[in-house]
Amino acid sequence: MSLTLQSRPAAPSSTEQSPARRNRFRSRVGALFVSPYVLFLLVVFAIPLVYTVWMSFHRFYFTAPGTDVDAPWVGLSNYKDVFTDPVVGQAFLNILIFLVINVPLTVGLSLVLAAALNAKMRGRAFFRAAFYLPYVTASVALVAVWQFLFGQDGFVNHLLGSHAPDPSWLVNTHLAMPMIAVFVTWKQLGFFVMLYLAALQNVGKELYEASAMDGAGKVRQFFSVTVPGVRPATTLVVIYAIITGANMFSEPYLLTGGGGPDHASTSPVLLMYQKGIEQGHPDVAAALGVVLIAFVMVVSLAARKLTERGN
Amino acid sequence: MLRRTASSLLVLALAGTATACGRAAPDANVAADARGPITVWLSNNAQEVQWGKQMVAAWNKRHPDQHVTAQQIPAGKTSEEAISASIIAGTSACLAFNTSPAAVPTFQKQNGLVPLDDFPGGTSYVTGRSGGLADQYKSPDGKFYQLPWKSNPVMILYNKKLFKKAGLDPEHPKLATYKEFLKTSRTLVHSGAAKAAIWPSPSSDFFQPWYDFYPAFAAQSGGKQLIEDGKPQFDSAAGRQAASFWRELYAEKLAPQEAYPGDALNDGKAAMATVGPWAVSAYKNAVDIGVAPVPTSDGGSGKHSFSDEKSVAMFSACKNRGTAWDLLKFATSSAQDGRFLETTGQMPMREDLTKRYADYFAEHPTYRAFADQAERVVEVPNVPGSVDIWQAFRDEWTKSVVFGRESTRAGLSNASSEITDLLNEYGGQS
Repeated sequence: MSLTLQSRPAAPSSTEQSPARRNRFRSRVGALFVSPYVLFLLVVFAIPLVYTVWMSFHRFYFTAPGTDVDAPWVGLSNYKDVFTDPVVGQAFLNILIFLVINVPLTVGLSLVLAAALNAKMRGRAFFRAAFYLPYVTASVALVAVWQFLFGQDGFVNHLLGSHAPDPSWLVNTHLAMPMIAVFVTWKQLGFFVMLYLAALQNVGKELYEASAMDGAGKVRQFFSVTVPGVRPATTLVVIYAIITGANMFSEPYLLTGGGGPDHASTSPVLLMYQKGIEQGHPDVAAALGVVLIAFVMVVSLAARKLTERGN
Repeated sequence: MLRRTASSLLVLALAGTATACGRAAPDANVAADARGPITVWLSNNAQEVQWGKQMVAAWNKRHPDQHVTAQQIPAGKTSEEAISASIIAGTSACLAFNTSPAAVPTFQKQNGLVPLDDFPGGTSYVTGRSGGLADQYKSPDGKFYQLPWKSNPVMILYNKKLFKKAGLDPEHPKLATYKEFLKTSRTLVHSGAAKAAIWPSPSSDFFQPWYDFYPAFAAQSGGKQLIEDGKPQFDSAAGRQAASFWRELYAEKLAPQEAYPGDALNDGKAAMATVGPWAVSAYKNAVDIGVAPVPTSDGGSGKHSFSDEKSVAMFSACKNRGTAWDLLKFATSSAQDGRFLETTGQMPMREDLTKRYADYFAEHPTYRAFADQAERVVEVPNVPGSVDIWQAFRDEWTKSVVFGRESTRAGLSNASSEITDLLNEYGGQS
């Protein structure tokens, strides 16, 4: 234990504030600054979440203003509807297929590209912008590009000729979901490359120099220095990719004609939209939403455990 | 301090939510006779908007104290979703001239509609204008929550130029029987005249059966609805024949399994389409259109088809329902129906259509076939859970007919069982 000399604080003069008063003041200013965001969280997230859970245990539908309609407690009835609907099971299976393809692909590609873009190279700014462009482009426009490429009469099938899959890419039961996973990987890649680029700035150059002196090549440096150095970013990328994948709506809706052949690309959120908005069962949609939240939490926790293993 | 701040924020948030939820509805008794300015919604079809603007201008000239504002229905995936959202928010227009009968049970359940029978002479006005056809639009409680306004009887529209290119006679196309239709389709595709013989959307949307299965079933069954007397009707010989016909088209790649991102007939990618008369004026600068009835197995075509009807509904958010009712009668009067027919080519839901507007049909013979068909149209069943029911049907159709992953017999049988369960479920709830 080291000894340090501390000067005794002088008694506050009449014009000076005591530390306690200063802290109270700071605390109030702080509360004032965060209050809009807290309010936003309450109104946009917390209250709807509580309302969703409430709806999922009641027989509920949306009505015109001033309408007095009973919303009786139905216990787990809506959850029973969710768990006995084979389409719901298919939708969660689709998400698992999506995650199995999308997450490793996203992590691998974005890390490799970020490492490449972090090195000194010609046209680095151009490549950074090029990878980021799909992320900031509207999904609808990108879907049009993919339909041009992978549509039944698309460019890829023209190249493949008789080797083209039948039924074609986007209406093929086995290919529809992998196609969506690859599409989303491509669309989101720029964002994750940016995350990794930021993380790479914090990896010490001396580690690379030391490993080089020990005789490590570029590949060895990548696996021994870069990968462990950006592990917190990898956790973030994985969890963000899982959440994005689980919330997927526009890709199956636009790319594969509203859920694909025989629900081969239906996602839980697309089903929530169909049940809640199209078919007028917001109570069942709410139960499905609660199940989806639980699913995302479990998968995210498992992924976090996996990515942080060895820390 | 933090606890106090948090409490204040919670109270503020709850107050905001309560204000948002505490929506008021107009007093029905006061609104029933009230007159004043109102808003009406029109579809986004260019010809309908043109008609709507002149109709409203004519009304406003006569009733300056009851000004009507017409606007296109708010954007949404479908008009039904936009209307449903507006009912919940209490922001509906007084009248929507684009209400799908399939959505009426849902709007009714949401307490979003005003029964037209409540107005003096309401029932007799509806039945007097549409005659026997009006019965299909009556709700299970015996009331009219919609005025059947116009139909677009679905027929086979074909591109004469592509038929000629394929070596077929465009003036006398062989499309009456399933066999003839398939043979003509093969010629169209195999000759390279068109990529697809016919290209209805194979997507999973609940309303797509109205443009492939339902017209074929209506024609083959002699005018049966999907559900009659609380029982599904399509798991029958007529349903199976219609389904097998469509499965053959998909299996032989005469109809593509992937949705076309546009209008295939207009773009010359498909030689035929199942469409109503609205398309004739829409295509007039792009395609030389011919019209044929929906085929049947033995060629006894042309008896029945799907109506693709749209109704006018009055919404409970309307404060000046007296004006809305008067405008509804004005907009569906004989004179305005004539203007509507001339402007859009769509068929007002009147029993004596061809006689009343004989001059128009003499001048426009293409529309005559649609007018004849309009006498024998089949509507979607007016039953609770209608959208769920169509979705259940579509799911099985996609599996069995479009992608051939199970037999058409099994597909129709499964759909029939699922729909019976839904009918029981909804019957139990109501």
